[in-house]
Amino acid sequence: MGKGIFGRLRRGLKKTRERIASSLARVFTGRGRIDEEMLEELEATFLQADMGVKVTARLIDCVREFHKSEKGLGREGLIERLEGEVASVLGSNSASLNVSCSPPTVILVVGVNGTGKTTTIAKLAKMLQDEGKKVLLAACDTFRAAAIDQLSILAEQAGVSIVRHKHGADAAAVAYDAVEAALARGMDYLIVDTAGRLHTKVNLMEEVKKVQRVIAKKIPGAPHEVLLVLDATTGQNALQQAKMFHEALGLTGIVMAKLDGTAKGGILLAIKQELDIPIKFVGVGEGLDDLEPFVPSDFAGALFES
Amino acid sequence: MFESLSGRLQSVFRKIAGYGRLSESNIAEAVREVRLALLEADVNYKVVKDFIEKVKEQAIGQETLRGVLPGQQLIKIVHEELVNLMGVSARELDLSSSPAVIMLVGLQGSGKTTTAAKLARRIKKKGRQPLLVPCDTKRAAALEQLVSLGRQLGEAVYEPGSDRDAVSIAARSVVFAEDHSLDTVILDTAGRLHIDEELMEELRAMKSRLSPREILLVADAMTGQDAVNIASAFDKALDITGAILTKLDGDTRGGAALSIKAVTGKPIKLVGIGEKIDDLELFHPDRMASRILGMGDVVTLVEKAQEAIDQEEAERLEQKMRKHGLDLEDYLNQLHSLRKMGSLESVLNMMPGLNQLKGVSLGEKELKRVEAMIQSMTPGERRNPHLLDGSRRKRVARGSGTSVQEINRLLKGFEQARKMMKRMGKFQKGMMKMGGSAWQS
Repeated sequence: MGKGIFGRLRRGLKKTRERIASSLARVFTGRGRIDEEMLEELEATFLQADMGVKVTARLIDCVREFHKSEKGLGREGLIERLEGEVASVLGSNSASLNVSCSPPTVILVVGVNGTGKTTTIAKLAKMLQDEGKKVLLAACDTFRAAAIDQLSILAEQAGVSIVRHKHGADAAAVAYDAVEAALARGMDYLIVDTAGRLHTKVNLMEEVKKVQRVIAKKIPGAPHEVLLVLDATTGQNALQQAKMFHEALGLTGIVMAKLDGTAKGGILLAIKQELDIPIKFVGVGEGLDDLEPFVPSDFAGALFES
Repeated sequence: MFESLSGRLQSVFRKIAGYGRLSESNIAEAVREVRLALLEADVNYKVVKDFIEKVKEQAIGQETLRGVLPGQQLIKIVHEELVNLMGVSARELDLSSSPAVIMLVGLQGSGKTTTAAKLARRIKKKGRQPLLVPCDTKRAAALEQLVSLGRQLGEAVYEPGSDRDAVSIAARSVVFAEDHSLDTVILDTAGRLHIDEELMEELRAMKSRLSPREILLVADAMTGQDAVNIASAFDKALDITGAILTKLDGDTRGGAALSIKAVTGKPIKLVGIGEKIDDLELFHPDRMASRILGMGDVVTLVEKAQEAIDQEEAERLEQKMRKHGLDLEDYLNQLHSLRKMGSLESVLNMMPGLNQLKGVSLGEKELKRVEAMIQSMTPGERRNPHLLDGSRRKRVARGSGTSVQEINRLLKGFEQARKMMKRMGKFQKGMMKMGGSAWQS
């Protein structure tokens, strides 16, 4: 994770970190019994970061246990312990993109409406382009008005090419053409944009499955990445989204967009804990360069270190 | 809508249904469960805390009413508090000037542009002449999106030309509206973070220049704990007049609705409930509370039915629902009429108890097969599915081009639905006995 994201993430989580630190300090002031009021404050902080009831309970248990048996290790020890707990949920390694040994690598990008798929795709394209790769975009959001125009403008800004049909066209047909084009032009990456859809709409989920099937038929093993874009301001429903998209498509990674606001994205912990889908990128701004790989230890550090 | 919270609360209430009276300890457990359920529903932590205090205050020490299960009594308290929290009655928009200016504000991706189009449609139905104004000069193709939506709907859309200044576009659009005798101006502003001072300043300037009748915060119903920060920041900057909650047709538990109201004191006025352009409805706190409690939303269902079917049919439908004496023939008739009312999911979500039927798949294709299966049965079999023994099932499967397994699944699902509705029927009657007017809204 570059300095940029680490700095921004730390800034974003500053208030949370301070509140955690001040609560944790009180673990060591009382004698004998644990300070229940302190635990409640800590619980509030975790819950308000959207970590959810389960993960919060796990972390609170962790503090209780520490108080019982390892109090002697002091404040540093407790912070280390909690950081470790978060890290063990998130896993220690950052996950990189799956790359196919025979190009093109196909990346299918999905998510509910308004999470930031199209913007994320532009950022991803720019990132790969900057690495000197040849990138092609497929405008498979044929449903939302002007979605194709939006992707075209962003593609131009990122300096990559695009395959597009008319508004209202069959998404799978666009995907088919895009795969052919990617093969013919010897592209390194094909990134497929899809329409936003609520995970509860059976017919729309079938539609995106069809897009996936069409791609797989043309290139066995593709798409090599199925990325779900989540909005950081989304609460516990993000877990439900991840579950349903995972069931339908077999997700290979999560991108959390819009982490530059006041939302903390704590739901990532719950998603990792329950579904074990790697978190690959975070979006931290509106510029095309504002996409960064997700590094678990940095996230944990930004929460607890002072 | 809100299934998960309803499910959760229902299991809580089932747990206490067995007790004879409200004691401090059994309340404590239920209250704890309510608290967890609300937190999992993304209601803000502080809002939950206040809510729980109020419920506890009311419940503990209350005498058990005769003939009412303690669980039901607690539901009533929780329900009333939910209604109180979300505001008491549905509010229409204030459009009392001409042209009346409506400003839509919110974060990126909350659904402002789609909502603007839906709003224009809704306002037109009420006999007004709306003008859609794209003030989002930032996002790529935002302008094109609104123009193309407007064209689809046949609504007037203001074309700002080469003007890139949102405030001046808005100001000129109002003059345009006056010149063309359009009486409602809907400003679709750019999505922005509530902590982006520069962009918030732009909204303030727009407000002071145009004095809009309504400034509505468009918020995603799936928003988490951050809903309070977002709502209070927009409210502080603009003194919003209300909120529109979008994407409520998913399975979000929608705690954001409670949080926004609690933290700003401003009402939720409308809710977006679907992909279709007509899917914008008034927000009814009492119905929403019933929904949260898993009581279904028969009132909205009937209203929808009235739009789609004639009055008589609607009444028959509601009576059927209330009596829960559903047979396969009704099921088939309803399939036909229900489909006129919108997507099957949205309709099923409103039916008491049916929103819990996870096992029954709701795809449109399945629906056609179900139709074929029922049509291959004799009228007698439809009225009394128990008649369907093995050989009859084989016949029906052949007749409808399906398999016996599918018939079995249909019958099992149907039986489950019937049981569920019966149970909900008893449950609702119990509530009626308590005389809570909120239940009959």
